Parts: sequence; C-alpha cells; structure tokens
Amino acid sequence: MKQEEVPQFETKAMNGEGKALYALDAAGQYTVVRSAGWEAEDIVLAQAIAECERLAAEAFARAKRGAAGPLEYHMYKNRMDVVVLAQSTGYFQWRVKRHLRPGAFAKLSNDVRQRYSDALGIAAAQLDVLPPAP
Amino acid sequence: MATTVAPPSVPFQHQQSAHCESGVMSALLRERGTTLSEAMVFGVGAGLTFAYLPFVKIGGFPLISYRMPPRSIIRGVSKRLGITMQYSTFKSVDAGMRALDEQLDAGRVVGLQTSVFWLPYFPPDMRFHFNAHNLVVYEKRGDTYLISDPVFEHPVACDAESLAKARFVRGALAPNGLLYYPTKIPDAVLLAPAIQKAIKFTTGMMLHTPIPIIGVRGIRLVARKIAKLDVANAKYNRLLLGHIVRMQEEIGTGGAGFRFLYSAFLQEAAQVTGDAVLADCARDLTAAGDHWRVFALTCARMCKDREAMDYKKLADMLQQCAVLETEVYAKLRKTTA
Repeated sequence: MKQEEVPQFETKAMNGEGKALYALDAAGQYTVVRSAGWEAEDIVLAQAIAECERLAAEAFARAKRGAAGPLEYHMYKNRMDVVVLAQSTGYFQWRVKRHLRPGAFAKLSNDVRQRYSDALGIAAAQLDVLPPAP
Repeated sequence: MATTVAPPSVPFQHQQSAHCESGVMSALLRERGTTLSEAMVFGVGAGLTFAYLPFVKIGGFPLISYRMPPRSIIRGVSKRLGITMQYSTFKSVDAGMRALDEQLDAGRVVGLQTSVFWLPYFPPDMRFHFNAHNLVVYEKRGDTYLISDPVFEHPVACDAESLAKARFVRGALAPNGLLYYPTKIPDAVLLAPAIQKAIKFTTGMMLHTPIPIIGVRGIRLVARKIAKLDVANAKYNRLLLGHIVRMQEEIGTGGAGFRFLYSAFLQEAAQVTGDAVLADCARDLTAAGDHWRVFALTCARMCKDREAMDYKKLADMLQQCAVLETEVYAKLRKTTA
C-alpha cells in the first residue's frame, strides 16, 4: 500500500481517533501514516455491532414475556455471550445458562449475584431489572 | 539531606503504533535509552503468524489470528537481544495498584496488561472483551493515571477504579494485574544475529508447522472452508466473513493483518544487515499484503451486497495470498540460512 492509498474514510465508531497504518512513501520506504478509517472496517464493525444489538433486543423481548431473566439481556448488552460470562464469573457454562432462567436467578445468593455484578459492571440490585427500552 | 529522586529530565514521549504489544515494548526500551522501532520489535519478536483455531470460539466464530499469542513478542525480543524483563502478577487488586504506584513514584515507566472493555477512553463501539491489551503508564496525578496507549494518537487518562477493573478482569487471558518493565538492557544490542534467528523462526513456522491450521497451510485451509460454505446459511456466512476481516484489519494490525508491519521490519532489516534480498522480500510481502486488503474489501462489500456474494472468488483470493506468502518465506529462508 502506498502512502496516498491509505484510506481516509471518516468512521463514526472511531470517535475521531486516527489509526496508524504502515505504507510506502514516494521513495518506496515504509512510514507510519494516519488513517481516519476504511470502508471495509466500517462495514464489518457495523455488522458486528448490529448483531450484538439484535441479540440484546431479542433477550429484552424474552425477558418482557418472562421467558428469560433480565440477566440474559444484561449479558448481551455488555457485549458478552454465555462463554464470556462464564469465563468472567468463573462459573461453568451450564450454570450460567441455568441462571439465565428467571426462576433460577431469583433463588441466587447475594454472593453469586455479586459475582455477576462484578463481571457485568452493574449494581447487584439492577441485575433483575430491565431498563425501559433495550 | 534530601534524597528525593529527581523527576525524569525528559518527559515521556508518546508515539502511536499499529500494535499494542510491539508499541509498548518499543516505548519501554526507548524510555530507557535504546531506540528500536515498532517494526523492528515486531520482527525480532517474531510476531507474525497465521493461525486458524476452530476450537477457540470468539462470539461463536473460530479464532483467526494474524499474530503470535499475547506476550510472545516481548518474550521473543528480550530473549534474542539479551534483555532482562521483570514480570509481576498479583493476587489482590490492592497489591497490584500499590505496586504500580511504587514504580511510578520511583520514576519508572511500566507496561501493563489490561482488558479493552473496561478502559473508559476507548470509543464505545471499539470496546470488546479482549483481555490482552498492552499499555504504558508513565505518571499518576491525584487519582488519575496518565497512560500512553500505543494504539491511540495522543496520551490518555484513566481513573484508578477503571484501571483496577481493567487489570483484574477474570476470564480468558486474564491479566492478573500483569506489570512489566525491562531491568537490564545490554549497552549495545546485536541486531543482525537476532534478525536472522527471528526470520528463521517465523518462516519455519509459516512454512513447516506440522499441523495444517498454522502458517500458509492454515490460510489454504480457511480458503477451502470459504469455498465450501453452504449458500443456505447466508446470515452465518456473512458474519463469519465479517469476523475474518475484523481479525485482519480492525484490531491494530498496521494493515493487512500485520503483513505491512512485517514488511517494514524486513526493509529495516535489509539496512541493518546489508542483505538486499531482505528488501526484495519486503516488496514481495507488501504485494501479498495488498492482496489481503483487496480480499478484506471484497468480503466487506459482498456482506453489504454491494457486490454479488461469491465464495469461490473469495477462496481464490485467499489461495493467492497463500501462494505469494509461500514465495516470500521460501526466499527469506534461503537468504538467512
């Protein structure tokens, strides 16, 4: 990639931050060039974020119906899935999956709730509460 | 008599880099009087790879990595250049934060391993659960740490609570508060032999790893997987292609999944060793990197339906990347034999 080919595609996700790319200058020597963003990255990042939001919205709807507990919504809202939530709490995946059910969650001790609170970065009292909108 | 340690006469110089680990190592060495570019650190640390790990899932997709596992660059550089590093991890948050403060009080600039998700200065859309980010802390003012995060353009600041959370997150690649800095750097680092060893290591891994998921065989395997994708699973396939492109471009790679960064290393290595073949290889690897970029752009455009989805075409592009890379590594192996 030549210096003048470094893409300068303003990406909202980068918040005005520039990225360092390695590109060739006129003399064919490598140099670090600031890039504002790239169309390809913008597309795949938007796709990944839309997928996270879709999962959170579906979990929100399930929690509203009572088919799942609010914990599932909070998990997706914080860009996690069962694998990551299990790793960040130290629990087995089957246990986390059970805790996603509203009935099982209601019976949890304060210690377990605190573990989820630490992993998700939200207050323990908020774990079984849904926000007004996803 | 006052025995306070004078503050460093030269304030810490922040420099943006493409990749966090090579950037931090370059910064830590520079601060201690040894100037090695990010590209040189990346190359001597043998940071380049290709690995397709279907048994490690990220968000339900196989892990595809273009660089070696976390910490291997720092380990590789220190091993090949005879640098001694101090690594400390901590059982408690308090001990970890106290140790950091003690280092800063002593005027020492240190590297930390952290999660990305809990660092408040990351733009919200860029935050994801990756626990092996590296950054440099150079000062504490009140309750705020001044940080040189190598992937950012300017120095940033972070409150103590968030930094503690980012350092002591649980999970895959948990940092356990890892704090590190060089304790002994040789007066004159011998680059030429280190370059030769590092190139041998990287090319050997890329060409001759016996398992077919690493190196150019890994690239070919992913190409075959893409060619065989079932048209009926359009949604999953798009997310998978998007995932591959994100691993290649989004995560601080300097472009083309670290291929440009490694080319920059080869170019510098040619000057250090006087071996012109290395400069030729830099040019050839740049061409391979350009192919990777076209592949990424085509994937993204096909995901967005700006171009008709064609798995065969994408697979052929990847095969071509593998062909170009194979030629470069073979040439590199010959000249460093």
